[in-house]
Amino acid sequence: MNPEQILQYILSGVTMGSVYAVTAIGFNIVYNTTGIINFAQGEFLMLGGMTAVTLAAFLPLPLAIACAVALTAGIGGLIDLVIIRRLKNPSVLMMIIVTIGLSILIRETALHVWDAKVRSLPFFTGSEVSSINILGAYISPQVLWVLGACAVIVTGLTVFFRSTTTGRSMRACSSDRMAASLCGIDVKSMVTLSFILSAAIGALAGCVISPITQTQYDSGTSLAIKGFTVAILGGLGNSMGAVAGGIIIGLLEAFSISILPLAYMDAMAIGIMILILFFRPSGLFARKGEAALKEH
Amino acid sequence: MKPRGYIPVAVLAAVLAAFQLLVSFTGQEFFLTQLTMSAYYVLAVMGLCLLMGYAGQISLGHAAFFAIGGYTAAVLGTFNAAPYQDGAVVRLLLKTGLASASDAATVHVSPWAALGLAVLLALAVSVVIGVPILRLRGHYLAMATLGFGLIVHRIVLGTHIFGEADGISDLPAFPLFAGLSVSGRPELRVSNYYIAWTIVVLGMALLLNLVNSRPGRALRAIHDNEEAARAMGVDTARYKLNVFVLSAVFTAVAGVFLTHFNAGIGPAEADVMKSVRYVAIVAVGGMANLWGALAMGLSLNYISLRGYLGSYDDAFFGAVLILIMIFAPEGLLNAERPRAILGQVKALAARMRKKGGEGGAP
Amino acid sequence: MFILCVAVGTAFAGCKKGSGDTVKIGAIFAVTGGASYLGSPEARTAQMLVDEINDKGGINGKQVELVIKDSEGNPEKAISFAKQLIEEEKVFAIIGPSTSGETMKIKSLCEESKMLLISCAAAEIIVNPVAKYVFKTPQKDSHVARMIFETMKKKGIAKIGIISDNTGFGAAGKEQLEKIAPEYGVAVLISEVYNMKATDLTGVLAKLKGQNVQAVINWSIVPAQAIVAKNMKQIKFEVPLFQSHGFGNLKYAEEAGKAGDGIIFPVGRLLVADQLPDTNKQKVLLQKFKKDYESRFKEDVSAFGGYAYDALVLLFEGMKKAGVNDREKVRDAIEQLRDIPGTSGVFSLSPQDHNGLGMNSLVILTVKDGKFVPYEKLD
Repeated sequence: MNPEQILQYILSGVTMGSVYAVTAIGFNIVYNTTGIINFAQGEFLMLGGMTAVTLAAFLPLPLAIACAVALTAGIGGLIDLVIIRRLKNPSVLMMIIVTIGLSILIRETALHVWDAKVRSLPFFTGSEVSSINILGAYISPQVLWVLGACAVIVTGLTVFFRSTTTGRSMRACSSDRMAASLCGIDVKSMVTLSFILSAAIGALAGCVISPITQTQYDSGTSLAIKGFTVAILGGLGNSMGAVAGGIIIGLLEAFSISILPLAYMDAMAIGIMILILFFRPSGLFARKGEAALKEH
Repeated sequence: MKPRGYIPVAVLAAVLAAFQLLVSFTGQEFFLTQLTMSAYYVLAVMGLCLLMGYAGQISLGHAAFFAIGGYTAAVLGTFNAAPYQDGAVVRLLLKTGLASASDAATVHVSPWAALGLAVLLALAVSVVIGVPILRLRGHYLAMATLGFGLIVHRIVLGTHIFGEADGISDLPAFPLFAGLSVSGRPELRVSNYYIAWTIVVLGMALLLNLVNSRPGRALRAIHDNEEAARAMGVDTARYKLNVFVLSAVFTAVAGVFLTHFNAGIGPAEADVMKSVRYVAIVAVGGMANLWGALAMGLSLNYISLRGYLGSYDDAFFGAVLILIMIFAPEGLLNAERPRAILGQVKALAARMRKKGGEGGAP
Repeated sequence: MFILCVAVGTAFAGCKKGSGDTVKIGAIFAVTGGASYLGSPEARTAQMLVDEINDKGGINGKQVELVIKDSEGNPEKAISFAKQLIEEEKVFAIIGPSTSGETMKIKSLCEESKMLLISCAAAEIIVNPVAKYVFKTPQKDSHVARMIFETMKKKGIAKIGIISDNTGFGAAGKEQLEKIAPEYGVAVLISEVYNMKATDLTGVLAKLKGQNVQAVINWSIVPAQAIVAKNMKQIKFEVPLFQSHGFGNLKYAEEAGKAGDGIIFPVGRLLVADQLPDTNKQKVLLQKFKKDYESRFKEDVSAFGGYAYDALVLLFEGMKKAGVNDREKVRDAIEQLRDIPGTSGVFSLSPQDHNGLGMNSLVILTVKDGKFVPYEKLD
């Protein structure tokens, strides 16, 4: 491998990693408030992308994306109001089953509403063929948009969860629901809010990655699987960790290409996730004590 | 288990036989094809039911065990060992009758040997991954089993000897004994219906026996409260592992037989969607309810395999998962349910009477 | 519960008994699921063609009833449906399934039941060795591969890299490409398989670039077809990109945008129907198919729908010749069909060739400004 090629692998890894990272962040919001993993999170990315592509036909791109994000956020809220809230004393097992059911239902609905065809948003800057030259290796400008979106979302979330009352209330719900409600926090609204927020972030992620990955009715599921892997690696609930985890998995995959058959690349990433679960379920970047609290 | 417990099993056997007589009499034996296929899926679901319902451990990767069984049978069954005839393994198999040479150029491994190997493989894999995986709980367990299922799916899809995306076709029949053989040929339909359901009935008797015995009670204790069970001296880790292994073997055996019945297998059997389907069926059946799993496994697979749901097949299973969790988290066929509803109705009636009585006395 | 289901099923079967003046044809397509890019246009096309023939009074005075079953691309469902169509529905013939894996699962079944099967899947093993009752309509993968290599030879390309996806379509193409390359003096320096849902392929393309190949062949379905094109341009990997006949849908070229320019691929004449000379035997049929499909379903026509079209064309031609009562005679008639224009090419079948398409069924196209244009002069 010459240095140019090594650099190209690094940039490919960053490209894939940024996609994984922005997918993974969405999982953390619902997890932070409710302690559940929303298996339908990938579907929010798909919905965001699909809606934006449809709207972009007659709206300017930024407006189409904004509408898509708002619509998906609404769907996220509805999901909580119509389904999640109606569950009586939900166990973790029940929540897993319900969110998997949701994921399938949203996917199949998308198939019948749209169709099986591949769509994508135009590149935000430049075009399909433009790329940025870094010391002889190349990267698409869209990757910078994805990384930028990651940075904005992570910063926004950190500020929101640390410094606003609503954000702190949401976090309180996750640590101890009973205590939170005793303190006068409206736990139910917080959960609804977390679904709205995670759907909105998912939709935004779905829009920024759409030019790179393209969007199809079933693209949410495979993205979600990578998203889980990354979220686990970075430590569930830890958005900064998700970004780092995404880049690590992206780089590992990119370099694995040079030695392993490509067909097993996904298996490798998932294998890493399983190993992390076995040996360090709190993820690479979480403090052990903190994560142990959440191991329901 | 008390002899009384076997009465439902006997009733099931009788209903199945009566149904066969009915369709044979009316010349509609074709209904048996999908009932036979459903039977094998029921076998897979029963194993998962034991794991989910009685030990409280979810598995989103059970289709992987089905694939391990099916692909072992398919690879060995279509493999021509003739070029390796002089090798020690093939010679041993030939000597013990576990392989046979139909002519000089073709040597086939016996399906019995393949079945044995499939069971051993399922055992080994379930022990190796079960030990670490079963220490996990909740989401972590779900993710780890999902990951395991995905890995097996990717291996099947990416490996040449498993036929990649096309799978394996033209697997010969599985001759059992006394002229019986597992095969999808139309003339063997009735006997295959009985073979499949005999296996299910035997499996059912075995599992019922298990859940009504001491280990069964220990399992329920784990399900209700793992810490308490451990405090009472139940070796929870060992029980969980045993159930995991047993359910893996059930599912793998189902895979072996259905693959012979279908004369082949494709990667769809290892897909996560299949694992989710098994989970859905167990949930609809009422989790800790083997009879519920059997009834739902039979009816839902039957509906799906006959294509009644058209292009809404997957959507149907998604909707089922949600609706069941909202409206009947204890499952559709829960023994407690009719009683609970009856209780509510009685209470309501009593209240009405009381109210009526109050209102009626001015 | 299950007794109820069976009762419902019995009732269904009871009322579906066809009357005397219809002929029933079964279809197994992957309308949903991972292979819906094939099955969905196939099911639409088949329904359209059957409606059309019924409006014209049917075949030999009999109306055609089409029973479409959605297999989701799952072999076990294809098996279940094939048995159902043969034994219960008592169909006259089956068209489909969409994928090679499913077709191979029911090939022996149809052969033993003497059921006419016209597959819409591409793999060569479907018709080689020839099974008496089994036909298929898509061009042979080997012909597509040869067309690609002939073009390479003209361009003086001798060292290539192959990438393909992990679907049956990708695997079959990869096999043929690797087998045939030496005949044309082309060395395959590297061959990689990726997941059909891959979202970024710059890594593997960088690996190919490192091998200094003179051209890349990508044999896959969507979405990777467009991603490969984009990624190659992004990493300045400036060698010709060849794709398979699976690229034959204008949407895919649009999806690739500017990156699609210069892609070379062999495909049937459907996509350039309007540019064909009037002497071409397929021209009228292709223009009509394109117009009918696009006006009815409001989506671009693709080569895949054409596979189902051709399956029905062969079947109807055979039935017109041999009547609608005797499956054996229809089978013999299909085997004798010569010079029948279809969407994928002009079919000439024989007892040894149950596909009936030659290399001349393909033309080489390239993409220019988001449109398909002929790479060489059309005939």
